[in-house]
Amino acid sequence: MYRIAKKAALSDVTTLMEIDAPHVAAKAKAGQFVIVRIDEFGERIPLTIADYDSGKGTVTLIFQEVGKSTRQLGKMKTGDQISSFAGPLGHPTEIAKYGTVVCVGGGVGIAPVYPIAKALREAGNTVLSIIGARNRSLLFWEERMKAVSDELIICTDDGSYGRQAVVTEPLRELLDDRNRKVDRVWAIGPAVMMKFVTLTTKPYNIPTTVSLNTIMIDGTGMCGGCRVLLNDGAQFVCVDGPEFNGHKVDWDSLLSRLTYYREEERLAAERFGHICRLEGAAQNNG
Amino acid sequence: MADITIEERKKIKRHDMPNQDQFVRRGNFDEVALGYSEETARQEAERCLQCKDPKCTKGCPVGVLIPQFIKALREGDMISAVHWMKVKNNLPAVCGRVCPQEIQCEGSCILGKKGQPVAIGRLERFVGDYELRHRTCPPVKATETGKRVAVVGSGPAGLTCAVDLGRDGHDVTIFESLHGPGGVLMYGIPEFRLPKGIVQSEISYAVECLGISIRTDHVIGRTFTLDELLAEYDAVFLGTGAGLPSFMKMHGINLNGVMSANEFLTRVNLMKAYRFPEYDTPVKIGKKVAVIGAGNVAMDAVRCCLRLQSLQEQKTGGDAGEVHIVYRRSCDEIPARMEEYHHAVEEGVIFDFLTGPIEIMGNGNGAVHALRCVKMRLGDPDQSGRRQPVAIEDSEFDLEVDTVIMALGTRPNPLVFVDAPGLERTKKGTAVADAATGRTQKPRVWAGGDIVTGAATVISAMGAGKRAAADMNKFLKGEAPW
Ligand SMILES: Cc1cc2nc3c(=O)[nH]c(=O)nc-3n(C[C@H](O)[C@H](O)[C@H](O)COP(=O)(O)OP(=O)(O)OC[C@H]3O[C@@H](n4cnc5c(N)ncnc54)[C@H](O)[C@@H]3O)c2cc1C
Ligand SMILES: Cc1cc2nc3c(=O)[nH]c(=O)nc-3n(C[C@H](O)[C@H](O)[C@H](O)COP(=O)(O)OP(=O)(O)OC[C@H]3O[C@@H](n4cnc5c(N)ncnc54)[C@H](O)[C@@H]3O)c2cc1C
Ligand code: SF4
Ligand code: SF4
Ligand code: FES
Repeated sequence: MYRIAKKAALSDVTTLMEIDAPHVAAKAKAGQFVIVRIDEFGERIPLTIADYDSGKGTVTLIFQEVGKSTRQLGKMKTGDQISSFAGPLGHPTEIAKYGTVVCVGGGVGIAPVYPIAKALREAGNTVLSIIGARNRSLLFWEERMKAVSDELIICTDDGSYGRQAVVTEPLRELLDDRNRKVDRVWAIGPAVMMKFVTLTTKPYNIPTTVSLNTIMIDGTGMCGGCRVLLNDGAQFVCVDGPEFNGHKVDWDSLLSRLTYYREEERLAAERFGHICRLEGAAQNNG
Repeated sequence: MADITIEERKKIKRHDMPNQDQFVRRGNFDEVALGYSEETARQEAERCLQCKDPKCTKGCPVGVLIPQFIKALREGDMISAVHWMKVKNNLPAVCGRVCPQEIQCEGSCILGKKGQPVAIGRLERFVGDYELRHRTCPPVKATETGKRVAVVGSGPAGLTCAVDLGRDGHDVTIFESLHGPGGVLMYGIPEFRLPKGIVQSEISYAVECLGISIRTDHVIGRTFTLDELLAEYDAVFLGTGAGLPSFMKMHGINLNGVMSANEFLTRVNLMKAYRFPEYDTPVKIGKKVAVIGAGNVAMDAVRCCLRLQSLQEQKTGGDAGEVHIVYRRSCDEIPARMEEYHHAVEEGVIFDFLTGPIEIMGNGNGAVHALRCVKMRLGDPDQSGRRQPVAIEDSEFDLEVDTVIMALGTRPNPLVFVDAPGLERTKKGTAVADAATGRTQKPRVWAGGDIVTGAATVISAMGAGKRAAADMNKFLKGEAPW
């Protein structure tokens, strides 16, 4: 069992948790992830290591409540225990001195992009960051991102904060800017966003790394459920990734595979909502 | 019946295994084979001729003392039966259920020459189940040696090795990447063939008696590297199996509805998706399923499909589905256990033999629509004597399906080799290890089971775990230096 050492709300639907897992914290690096299973009935869900403290022995996760498992996790409190916590998994980000890099984080993707931006900055890169979300209430870690970026651009889809734009717009402007030479781009966020980022950088031929969020089960290369088609064959995201050259990814097949269990996900979430209401009612009555 | 003659023994007919009704069982995940009653077990035990030179024992990869345990069983001395069994086999309730007995112990039994062999597997299961209920013969730990051993992987190879080393008095820790121990016994072989409760009680029985600790959620190669384990432990055993699934290199493998048998079985068995939404992990199969391959894995997958379809049917009242095994050779070549093949036929699986898949066709919406196949015939034998399937010209046809499950074999997972300099691998990805001792090329590291042989059997993995434990014990006691 792994104890929740700290919990904080970052937005209405985004939660931060620090988990006591010294053996994972000791090994964690930017770009890696863990597999979490809440209880005996739980599924195994992948979550990125947003930060870690090997001294305290904790690993920080940030997740968005999108379905049954993440909503259930969001209801847990400091001191509660989760059943399984395996990691760190996947390859760490290849941190090097590239020159000028752009780090794009969309939605909950801001969390995993932060440690990467930080490490890239520490490695001597000029870091330009773009973070975006649907609206202001979904944004978080502006200060943190500012602290590790040479420049930070913020946008929201509805204009409720920062610039009203999708992240690819400021990205294109940076790429078009004759006074800069962007050497590399990182993009983490919803698959659609990553797809459009790679479409944006492709004509400029700028290497673009994405972190793929396929459906996973074991996270150790055993099932192939996380496989992704690259233009030179299929690979397993959990062991060969999660970061890939975005220009090689077959996005349409990836997006289509993400929808395979949509009906079941909806069912599970509905049932969970129902159970929560019943429990709530029981508590009110008792 | 102590004084019956050999001739009389030979006349006793082999006792059938009572099974769950074939129409009922395809609608549930309960165990198919119900097990002998005590009376039937003792009658079946009467058939054994107590050969002086027992061929059966030679046919068993770990040399179970078969005549000895059968004799005790028929005399009603269960404690001795268990004792004789446990000399060679730590997991009888498991092996009695899943060993391919027809090519091992029973395949060698002298009675099989003219008639039906003694039902050794069923008797073994009876003894194993008895012991799980009564715990008459708990493993005992020898005086503690103070030596520490790490066992990586908790499948049959790792468990057997850990138990033997525990008995020898060593301090054993098992590292397992998944959230529970058991390996393929938990995530691969389905409940209806090997109940998970049985696996868990076999494991906890031994582990508790010997004070072995199991650290789940530890992925060696990631959480710790092999070298880090070597810094902490006196010796390391690698029993990480062969869990990496192969996909055919064909068009359409990334379509929705295509999955590896490993993914499908892991969802169903380990994650209990057949009880979704009570359990969180879903599994989805369509009305028409094709499973490619005809080994144990394919049989397990196809029979799980049938059951899921029936459960679905019970819930929604829709019409029954259809499941196919697509196999490019003929019925005579299938590698699965015979019993499983017969059970699958009884349950209504359709076998498309001499059928080679060539492409998965999509429906234009990212999902599977059909499996394009070609008819095959058996050509000339190759060096191994096996007749090779050859495609028949112009015989292509489309099998309309909405789900394709690939059961095409697996390779060792490479993760454990990460940052493990000196640990050699073959081109096929298997670990190089001495067959007699399990020693790898890397000092203080042993390996055994599927990681060395590629996908094989439970009992061969256990045998490898046993041989390695014996050599490790000698090494740890200073009797056999590296
Ligand atoms: C390597 C990796 C790292 C990840 N890191 C994080 C992280 O740090 N924080 C975080 O919030 N999420 C992360 N994810 C996604 C996370 O695993 C899923 O959000 C989670 O599994 C959803 O489970 P659920 O039961 O709550 O929702 P579900 O019921 O599974 O899904 C609800 C809704 O979310 C969508 N959805 C489900 N899975 C994904 C997915 N993988 N990507 C996008 N949409 C999805 C579904 O289509 C559905 O609409 C990561 C995924 C991967 C593969
Ligand atoms: C569906 C199916 C049906 C089968 N049916 C039969 C049958 O009827 N009869 C029969 O005799 N055989 C059968 N087999 C084969 C048999 O199960 C295997 O040969 C046997 O389990 C191999 O044992 P093992 O201990 O070598 O490996 P496994 O059982 O594969 O166990 C390996 C363990 O190591 C863990 N592991 C892997 N990598 C790491 C790592 N890096 N760090 C930590 N842990 C790790 C895995 O999670 C797993 O728990 C079947 C196999 C399958 C898949
Ligand atoms: S372990 Fe398997 S092969 Fe050996 S006697 Fe038992 S059932 Fe037969
Ligand atoms: S070969 Fe058959 S008859 Fe002879 S001892 Fe073994 S089980 Fe008994
Ligand atoms: S999640 Fe199973 S192989 Fe990647």
